[in-house]
Amino acid sequence: MRVALFVTCVNDALYPATGVAVVRLLERLGVDVDFPAGQSCCGQPQYNTGYRYETEPLLRRTAAAFAGYPYVVTPSGSCAAMLREHYPRIGRRAAAEGRGSELAELADALAPRVYELTEFLVDVLGVTDVGAYFPHTVTYHPSCHGLRSLRLGDRPRRLLAAVKGLDLVELPQAEECCGFGGTFAVKNPDVSAAMGADKLRHARATGAEVLCGADNSCLTHLGGMLRRQDAPLRTLHIAEILAATQEEPAR
Amino acid sequence: MTTDGRGRGGGRAFLGMPRARVGGGGRAAGEDRAAGDGRAAGDGRVAGRARAGGEDPAAFPPFPEAARAAVRDERLRANLRHATSTIRDKRARAVGELADWDRLRAAGKAVKDHTLRHLDHYLLQLEEAVTAAGGTVHWAADAAEACRVVTALVRATGEREVVKVKSMATQEIGLDEALEAAGVAAYETDLAELIVQLGRDRPSHILVPAIHRNRAEIRDLFRTEMGRWGRPAPADLDDTPAALAEAARLHLREKFLRAKVGISGANFMVAETGTLVVVESEGNGRMCLTLPETLISVVGIEKVVPTFRDLEIFLQTLPRSSTAERMNPYTTMWTGTTDGDGPSAFHLVLLDNGRTDTLADEVGRQALRCIRCSACLNVCPVYERAGGHAYGSVYPGPIGAVLTPQLRGTDSGIDASLPFASTLCGACYDVCPVAIDIPEVLVHLRERIVQGGPVTRGGVRVRIRPARGHAAERAAVRAARRLLDRPGALRAGERLLARARRLGFRPHRLPGPGRAWTETRDLPGAPAEPFRDWWARERGG
Ligand code: SF4
Repeated sequence: MRVALFVTCVNDALYPATGVAVVRLLERLGVDVDFPAGQSCCGQPQYNTGYRYETEPLLRRTAAAFAGYPYVVTPSGSCAAMLREHYPRIGRRAAAEGRGSELAELADALAPRVYELTEFLVDVLGVTDVGAYFPHTVTYHPSCHGLRSLRLGDRPRRLLAAVKGLDLVELPQAEECCGFGGTFAVKNPDVSAAMGADKLRHARATGAEVLCGADNSCLTHLGGMLRRQDAPLRTLHIAEILAATQEEPAR
Repeated sequence: MTTDGRGRGGGRAFLGMPRARVGGGGRAAGEDRAAGDGRAAGDGRVAGRARAGGEDPAAFPPFPEAARAAVRDERLRANLRHATSTIRDKRARAVGELADWDRLRAAGKAVKDHTLRHLDHYLLQLEEAVTAAGGTVHWAADAAEACRVVTALVRATGEREVVKVKSMATQEIGLDEALEAAGVAAYETDLAELIVQLGRDRPSHILVPAIHRNRAEIRDLFRTEMGRWGRPAPADLDDTPAALAEAARLHLREKFLRAKVGISGANFMVAETGTLVVVESEGNGRMCLTLPETLISVVGIEKVVPTFRDLEIFLQTLPRSSTAERMNPYTTMWTGTTDGDGPSAFHLVLLDNGRTDTLADEVGRQALRCIRCSACLNVCPVYERAGGHAYGSVYPGPIGAVLTPQLRGTDSGIDASLPFASTLCGACYDVCPVAIDIPEVLVHLRERIVQGGPVTRGGVRVRIRPARGHAAERAAVRAARRLLDRPGALRAGERLLARARRLGFRPHRLPGPGRAWTETRDLPGAPAEPFRDWWARERGG
């Protein structure tokens, strides 16, 4: 099975370990992973801030980079939602503005092939036990786009629950947004910080060692706040937990 | 001035339809040129919570500024957290009981979309039915006109006081203030509205306008203020719900029995029969709608539904979404006037005030489906922390963030900041009983603000320029796009970043807009190399 990894720009530049973990995990499960070098940023932050036209060249680039791959897998719920939900919307808007159907066609051809990592594991590969080992207490924060756009449901938690040695504890009010929201974090810093503080209060109350998520952008916000708190809790992307084994433990 | 349906003639158009063309149907009203005598309100600013002709956006700070103060107000945060989390859980249970919720939601959306698409047709049908049943229909293009119509109607009765049913539309147009300026006292009779009125306060929630007040604050208000408006509260009033309700009941009863004029909004208007519907939980509405001799209802044009049967959907979805009740306690319906039963004169003031312009926008128009249940407020994490007042409008929360900038435009600081007052978490869309994709509309309005674009104002299609204050961001986004669209350049940038961080460049405080990030958070640690380089090395890609 041939899969293209869409690592996302945030992971490429700031969290290469997440990308490496996805590659190791998928290869361990017998998947043939490729990394199309033409990929870049999907344009989600720009689009969500209102710069739809600036996003269009990135849509074209992303569609071209992943043309021909039956599966495009990404370790980010919000970037998956961008490709699947917003790209077709951008295409339709361009068509409605009388600028032809090119973008819509590119978007529609790409969207159905895009999978968020946990979705790909559970729905396409049909596995929940990926053979991982992670002897720690973990609580899981479901990021909003994965939760409400992609409807990931309990897939991430099922994957975590099957990890050997892992003790999964429920996060109170898990479904509430962490307050990151892309440029929201800088445009409305006070509300963003208040939401983040509440999320961390709940996470710390679980007594977990690791606050796990499926979106490094949310974890950057939460982890950045955690470091100021000097807390016995750290953030970690789910891919890195699922890739961890006794021989090759997570960072 | 008053544009009575009959006497309208004179080339005046509503919804952009000259009288002669009306009835063609089949065409979205919003796609035509809308009416507009201009939006001019012109009234001087009235000190206090609002002003006649609607609130003045310039009187409010931008959202982030107002929210900063609210976030630090521990009491407000506690009041809101308690109130919203209680109603949130109850709503989830009430909605979860219905196996066909998704279908009810889809049906509500479909009925509203259909009605909005043929709004011209249904409004005229409504006018005809109301008139045939003995009511009089007035059309108001904007807030100032609506206030003038209502003030003139009240004056004509010779009365100096009116009782009011809780209504968003009359708040939107600043009717209480307009009446006050004309020497007419308007008494709010909904318990929470009464609290807001006594406190000379502003509403902070659609359904529970005094949600920002706790019981002790309410008791203090009753003790000090009630006497100025009518029957005073007992001196030994305590803050138990029963005692507070009893004080309000006695205070209001006096007003109900004396008032000759009632003023309301409506939740629904049925085009087919001319029936208006008010949905409330306290019974005060029923009093105001039945006891006075004259009833004046101010209703937004988007509140019309085609048939009586359509109420079947909304009378299920509205109570469960708003108060988490299976069935609404007081549902009052009336059709024109009936001899010897209820008010002998009924006036319906149909309010546009930016709605036709909103209808012309194909993404934004879905906000007009709103049935004001307030479920989106109750689930919104931003609302919970910023509070309703930060939204600078009678419509707070997620729906306010998409409705206000459409009804008022995006010229003011507050209106241009509202579409950004959301993390786009989508909780609002999930609970909305008419499936308004609020995040989609937010992004659409953000686009209008940062890029500029076509909008309809006063019925005229115009292109607005990008808002000031986003120029640096625009330049940065453009530069980033050029970088991101060239992987060679991107890789060089990533390597530079990795190297800089390896050399110990790890600022604790960032300059410019980045400062808002580092105020409360650290930057992530430095990777040794970007993922691309690992891949090239390890997998020879
Ligand atoms: S937008 Fe939807 S959820 Fe919010 S008040 Fe309106 S109908 Fe209710």
